Amino acid sequence: MRVGLDIGSTTIKCVVLNDAGEILFSTYERHFSHILEKGKALLEKVAAEYLPDGKAYLAISGSAGMGLADSCKVPFVQEVFATRVAANRLVPGTDCIIELGGEDAKILFLTGGTEVRMNGSCAGGTGAFIDQMATLLKMSADEMDKAAQTATRTYTIASRCGVFAKSDIQPLINQGAQAGDIAASIYQAVVNQTIAGLAQGRPIKGNIVYLGGPLTFSKTLRESFDKTLGVKGLCPENSLLFVALGAAFYADEESDLHEVARRLDDYSATATYVSLPPLFANQQEYEEFHARHLKATVPCLPFSAQCGPVHIGIDSGSTTIKLVVIDQNANILFESYRPNLGNPVPLVRDTLLKLYKDHPGLQIASVTTTGYGEELIKNAFHCDRGLVETVAHFTAAKHFLPDVDFIIDIGGQDMKCFKIEDGAISNIFLNEACSSGCGSFLQTFAQALGYDVKEFAALGLFADKPVDLGSRCTVFMNSSVKQAQKDGASIQNISAGLSISVVKNALYKVIRASSPEELGRNIVVQGGTFYNEAVLRAFEKEMGVEVIRPDIAGLMGAYGAALHGRSHAGENAHSSVLTQEELEQFSQTVKTVQCNGCGNHCQLTVNTFADGKRFISGNRCDKPVTGKANDEDLNLYAYKLQLLEEYRNAPTPAQPRAKIGIPLCLNMYELLPFWHTLFTKLGFQVVVSPFSNRKLYQSGQATIPSDTACFPAKLSHGHIHWLAEQGVDAVFYPCMSYNLDEHLGDNHYNCPVVAYYPEVLEGNCPELTKIPLLYDYFNLERRKDFYKRFYQSITKTFPGLDKKAVHAAIDAAYEEYARHMQQVRDKGTAIIAEARKEGKHIIVLAGRPYHVDPEVNHGIDQLIIRQGAAVVTEDSVSWHEEKFNTSVLNQWTYHSRLYAAAKYCTTQPDMDLVQLVSFGCGLDAITTDETREILQAGDKLYTQLKIDEITNLGAVNIRLRSLFAALEERREAAAERA
Amino acid sequence: MEYMTPNFTKEMVKTHKILIPNMAVTQFRLMQAALASEGYQTEVLGNCGSEVAQLGLKYVHNDTCYPALLVIGQFLDALNSGKYDLDHTALLITQTGGGCRASNYIKLLRKALVKAGYGNIPVASLNFSGLEKGSGLPLTLPLLRKVIAAIFYGDMLVALRSQTHPYENRPGDADAMTEKWIARIQEWIRNNKNYSAHDMKKQFPAIAADYATIPVTRVPKVKVGVVGEIYVKYSPLGNNDLEKFLESQDCEVNLPGLMGFVEYCVANTRLDIDLYGGNKLVAGGADAFLGWLDSIGVASYEAMRKYGFYAPGSFRELMKKPEGIISLGAKMGEGWLLTAEMLELVEGGYGNIVCAQPFGCLPNHIVGKGMINKIRALHPEANITPVDYDPSATRVNQENRIKLMLAVARERLNQPAESPAPLTAEQLAGGAPQLQTTVQ
Repeated sequence: MRVGLDIGSTTIKCVVLNDAGEILFSTYERHFSHILEKGKALLEKVAAEYLPDGKAYLAISGSAGMGLADSCKVPFVQEVFATRVAANRLVPGTDCIIELGGEDAKILFLTGGTEVRMNGSCAGGTGAFIDQMATLLKMSADEMDKAAQTATRTYTIASRCGVFAKSDIQPLINQGAQAGDIAASIYQAVVNQTIAGLAQGRPIKGNIVYLGGPLTFSKTLRESFDKTLGVKGLCPENSLLFVALGAAFYADEESDLHEVARRLDDYSATATYVSLPPLFANQQEYEEFHARHLKATVPCLPFSAQCGPVHIGIDSGSTTIKLVVIDQNANILFESYRPNLGNPVPLVRDTLLKLYKDHPGLQIASVTTTGYGEELIKNAFHCDRGLVETVAHFTAAKHFLPDVDFIIDIGGQDMKCFKIEDGAISNIFLNEACSSGCGSFLQTFAQALGYDVKEFAALGLFADKPVDLGSRCTVFMNSSVKQAQKDGASIQNISAGLSISVVKNALYKVIRASSPEELGRNIVVQGGTFYNEAVLRAFEKEMGVEVIRPDIAGLMGAYGAALHGRSHAGENAHSSVLTQEELEQFSQTVKTVQCNGCGNHCQLTVNTFADGKRFISGNRCDKPVTGKANDEDLNLYAYKLQLLEEYRNAPTPAQPRAKIGIPLCLNMYELLPFWHTLFTKLGFQVVVSPFSNRKLYQSGQATIPSDTACFPAKLSHGHIHWLAEQGVDAVFYPCMSYNLDEHLGDNHYNCPVVAYYPEVLEGNCPELTKIPLLYDYFNLERRKDFYKRFYQSITKTFPGLDKKAVHAAIDAAYEEYARHMQQVRDKGTAIIAEARKEGKHIIVLAGRPYHVDPEVNHGIDQLIIRQGAAVVTEDSVSWHEEKFNTSVLNQWTYHSRLYAAAKYCTTQPDMDLVQLVSFGCGLDAITTDETREILQAGDKLYTQLKIDEITNLGAVNIRLRSLFAALEERREAAAERA
Repeated sequence: MEYMTPNFTKEMVKTHKILIPNMAVTQFRLMQAALASEGYQTEVLGNCGSEVAQLGLKYVHNDTCYPALLVIGQFLDALNSGKYDLDHTALLITQTGGGCRASNYIKLLRKALVKAGYGNIPVASLNFSGLEKGSGLPLTLPLLRKVIAAIFYGDMLVALRSQTHPYENRPGDADAMTEKWIARIQEWIRNNKNYSAHDMKKQFPAIAADYATIPVTRVPKVKVGVVGEIYVKYSPLGNNDLEKFLESQDCEVNLPGLMGFVEYCVANTRLDIDLYGGNKLVAGGADAFLGWLDSIGVASYEAMRKYGFYAPGSFRELMKKPEGIISLGAKMGEGWLLTAEMLELVEGGYGNIVCAQPFGCLPNHIVGKGMINKIRALHPEANITPVDYDPSATRVNQENRIKLMLAVARERLNQPAESPAPLTAEQLAGGAPQLQTTVQ
C-alpha cells in the first residue's frame, strides 16, 4: 500500500493506492490552516480503514508540508517534482504541465529539456488571487466562472501581481462595468500572468495538461489558456491529486501511520516563531484604552421634522459607500455605511429615496460627493459639489481636533496619510499599488480562515505572543502567515500579528516615519480599518502616542463632504440634487466603448442616466467629452515626443548602405538624435521603433527573463520584436556604463539596467538569433576615444566605411544631440514664460528621458494639463543649477538632473515637482528620499507617482487633485497673511 | 541636504573600536587579525536577531536593497545594545564605487545614524576607488598585504572545509580542522609572519595536506554552487544560513572565493580603459597587480589539486569564460564575474546553482537572471535557481525553491541521464513569443 499526502497553502489532499496502483481512497479539502489537526485526522482515518497493520509507503509533499515532513521523519517530495513523477506515469506523452494551486503557479516542461518554473516571491497566489477577486465581485468561484461565460469583452488588467490587478478591477466595478466581463478579464489576467511570469521565453506547445484547483474548477480559465496558447489542453482525471499521487508513487520508505500521527502531536507542542509583545498587558489596560476612545464622538440627534435644512455628504469609496446627513450645527441625523456591491449608483438612489419618503418636506441645502466614485455620483444625481477625498478627510478631522497636524486613514483598499502645517495639507502619502488592500486584506484573510472579520480582529486583542509578520506587501504576508501556522502560531496570535503588520506597513512603507515627533503630536486616525481595536492599539503602541479615533472613523470622508457643503452653501440654499419624482424615474445603463479619438484608444465606460445625461470615465483627455483634444502647447512631454517623431519620419538616403534598427526604449529616448544622425550621415537607413503601446509590449512579454525588472526595461523586448518584423539588417543598441557628464554630480553613470539591458536582449530575444544586435560598449563622454572605438566597432559589421566619414558623422551626431537638448531647454523656457503670462501653475514632471513614453507614463502629463497647469521636464530646468552637496552619492546623470530640478523648484514660487518613479527601480529608493528632502527644505510639497504597467489613473488623479487643492490652500493662506 | 557624521581620522585608530558588519565569516575573522596587527581594535558583529532587520526597515528606505537594510540594522542594533563605549566606537563599511546603488551604503548609513541619534559616531570607508577621501581607512601597504593574505587563506579554508565536511567519517573533523587553521593563521598575521606572496605559496600545500588527512568516505553527493550579490552570497544573516541549509540537505557546497571579487574590481580598471580609453600606465599597473594576485591564487589551487581537492582555474581563465555570453564591460555590481562564476561552476561539476540576490537587485536582472537562458543553451545540464532575499521573503518559499532544484539534482545523481543534445539558441528561446494580445 502507498499513501501520498499533499499539504498545500489552502487545501490538503490525500490518496491511498493499492499495490496495483489503483486509488482506494482520495480526498481534497480546504484545511483552513488547521494543518496539524486535519493531517492527523486523515492519517488515522487512512490507517484505520485501509491499512490492517497501520503501515504503508508514505511520503509528504506540498508547500506547507515541508517542515512538517522533516519533523515527523517522513520523506518529503518537492511538489513540482511529485507532479512530474505522477504525470510521467499517468499521462505519458505530456509535453507541458500548467498547474495552478492556492498560492503557487507552476509550469513544467517535460520534453525538450526538462525544466520547472515556479512563481517568484512577487507574483503572488493564483488560487488565492481568484478567491480574492471573487470576493470583490461578491460571487463564489463557481458563479464567477459562470458569469465569465457570458462575457462579451475583456478589459486590460495588470497581470503581474494580484494587488495590482485588484486596483485595476476596483475602478471597473465602480464605473459600473459588467460583472461577466470583469470575471473574464480576471481569468485572462491569470493566464497572462502565468505565461509572462513563468514561460519566460519558452514556448508552451504540444500536449498540455492542466492541474490544480482553479484549472479543474473553472472552464473559462481553461478556455482562456487554450485560446491564448493556441492549443487544446487536457484536464485529466484526478487533476487535483497529482501531487499526492506523485508523493505516493515516490514513497520509498515504509512508515507506521499511527506513529506519524503521534509525532504530529509533538510537533504542534513546539511553537517557535518570532513574536512581539502582546497588545495589552492585562484587562484593565484594555478597558482604559476602550474608555478613552469612547470620548471622540459626534452628537447624533434624532432625525425629526424640525431639523431644518440639512447637508448630505456622500463618500463613494473603493469597496463601500458612505452617506451622512447633518444639520446646520454639524450634528449627525442619519448615517449609512454599506458595501457598494460593485455598483454604488442604485444604493445611493435607494438611500436618497428613503430619506425623501421618511422625511416629507425635507429641505436639502447641499449634497457633496467625494471618494473614487465622486464624479459618477455627482453626475448621476446632480449633486452640488465634488470634493477631493483628501480634503474631505482633512475637513472632518479638523472638526474633532482643530490643531490636528497628522491624519492617517486606512480604508478598504487604500491608505492615505497627510501632514498638516500652517492649516494646509503639506504632504500627502498614498499607498502605492504594492502595499494596498489593507482593510480588505484583513477581511479576506479572516474569511480564508473561516471567521467573520470583526470576530477575527477581536481574537487578537488578548493574544499572548503576536506573530511578527513583517511590513511588506500583503501577498508576502500570505506566505508569512503560512510559515507562522506551520510553526504552530495560534489564530489569536496570527490575528494580532496581522493587525500589527497593517500598522507597520502604514508607518514604514507609506509614511516612512522613524519617530512620532516626525508625524506630529496631534494625530487623528480614521477609516473603517481603525474600528478594529487591535489595529488601533498597535498603531498607538508602535508610535508611542495617544491618538484620536472619532467614533465615525469610517464615515469621515462623507462627514467632511457634508461639512464642506455646509460651509459653502449660502443661506437658505437648495440643492440641485434629483427630486423624489426624478429619483423614482431614475435609471442607469452602462456601456463600454473604445474611444477612437486618438492613438491612446482609451476604454471608456459610458453611464447614461434617465434624463439622458451621460457620464464618461476611463478617458485620459477631454476629447470624448468635449470633442476637443487637450491643449498641448504647454506640455513639454508632448513636444519631446514630437521631436522624436521627426527623427522617425526623417527621409531615408536614396541608396542606403543597410537598414539599421534602433529600439526606442530606455536611454534611446534621449540619444536617438545622436545615433540617428550618426547612422544617417553614414548612409544608413535608420528604422526607429514607435512609441510603446500595449500591443507592442505584449509582443515581447514572453521573452522577459526577470519579472521584477522595471517596466521601461521590459518594454524593450517588444521594440526588438517590432524591429525584427521590419526586416532590418541589424539592430543597434549599445551598452553604456557611462552617460554624458553634465557636471551636476560626482560621476556620470547610467543605472545598471539602462547600462546593460542590451545584454539581456541579446541573451533572451529569439529575434536576435537571426538579426545581429550591435551592442558594443561606448562612452560618449570620452569623445576622442569614441571616434576610435566606434570606427573599430562599426567596421566589424560594415567593413569599408571611410574613417574620415565616420569622424565627420560623429561630429554631426554630437552637434545634433546638443541642438536637440538645447531645443528642449528653449521650449521649457518658453512654456514657463507663457504659463506665467497666463497665470498658470508649472509642474516639473520629473523622471528619466524614457518616462515621456506614453505607455510608461500612462498620460499623466495630460492629467496635469487637464488640471490647468503647464508641464515641463526635469532636463529643461536642471541646467539652471550648479552642482551642490547631497546626502546621497550623486553619481547617475539622470538623477543628478532630478536633484537639480528639485533645487530649482524651491526657488520658483509658481513651480512644483512631481516625481515619476517606475516600480522596481532600485535607484529610486535612493532618489525619492533625497528629492523629498530637497523640496521640503525649500518649503515645497513632494509628490511621487509610482507607475508600472498598471493603467488605473484613479489614484493618480486623486493625488494630483490633492496636490492642486493643497497648493490652492497654501495660496489662500498666503494671501490672507499678506 | 547632507547628513554628516565625523570623519574617521588617524588619531581614532588608537582610541576607537571599529565595528565591522559580518559577511564572509571565515575571511573576516582572518581580516580582523590583519587589522589588529596594524593597531586597530575591531569587532566583527555577530548580532542577528529580528531587531536587526526591524531597525533597518525603520531607518532605511524600504525599497533599498536588503544588504543595506541588514548592514545598517546590524550597526544600529549593536549601538543600541549598550555593549560599546559610544564615544570610542567607529563603524567600517566597504564601498565598491561602481554604478550600482551599493555605492550609496555609506551615505545611507550616515543618514540612519543621524536619524537614530548616533550622529557622533564616525564612519570609515574601505574602498579602492578614492571615494570618501576624508574618511577612508588609512590603508597602508602592510595592512593591504595582510588583508589580501587573509582573503586568500580564508578562501582556501572555506573551499577545503566544504569539500571535506560532507564526506567526513567523524562528524566535526572538518570544522575542527578549520578552527585550528584559523587560529594558526591569525597568529601568523598578528606576528607579521607568512603573509607575503612567497610565504603564502609555501604554506598552501601544508594546509591542503592537513585537510587531506581527515578520514573521509567519498560517496556521490549533490554538488551545489552558490553565486550572487556579494553580501547575500556570503552572509548567513543575509541568506538565511544558506550554506548550512544546503549542507543539512546532504549537499556539497561550493562558494567561489571572495578574492574573485577583489580581482574583478582590479580587472575592471583595465577593462574600462580598454573599452573607453584612458591612462595606459594605470592599465599597466592594474595588469601587474592582477598578475601578482593571480599567481598567488593559482598556487593555492595547485596545492588543493595536488591533495585531491577540486579547484577552479586561474582568474585569467575565468575572464575568458563569459566570451560570447556577456561582455566584460558589464561591471556594475558583480557584473560579468557572476556569469563567469556560474560557467566555471557548471564546467567544474557544480551544475546545480543557487543564484542569490536581494529582491529587485538591478545588476542581477542582467548578469544573473538575464544570462541563465544563454548558459543553459551552452550547458543543458545546468540546473540554476534564482532566489530572492528580502526582509519578508519567507524562508519557506526560498527553501521550497531550493528543494525543487535539489530534487532535480538528486534524480540526475541517481541516474546520470545520457546528456541530451544541446538546444539551439532558437529552440531555447522558443521562436516568436507565443502570447496573444488581449487588446481589442
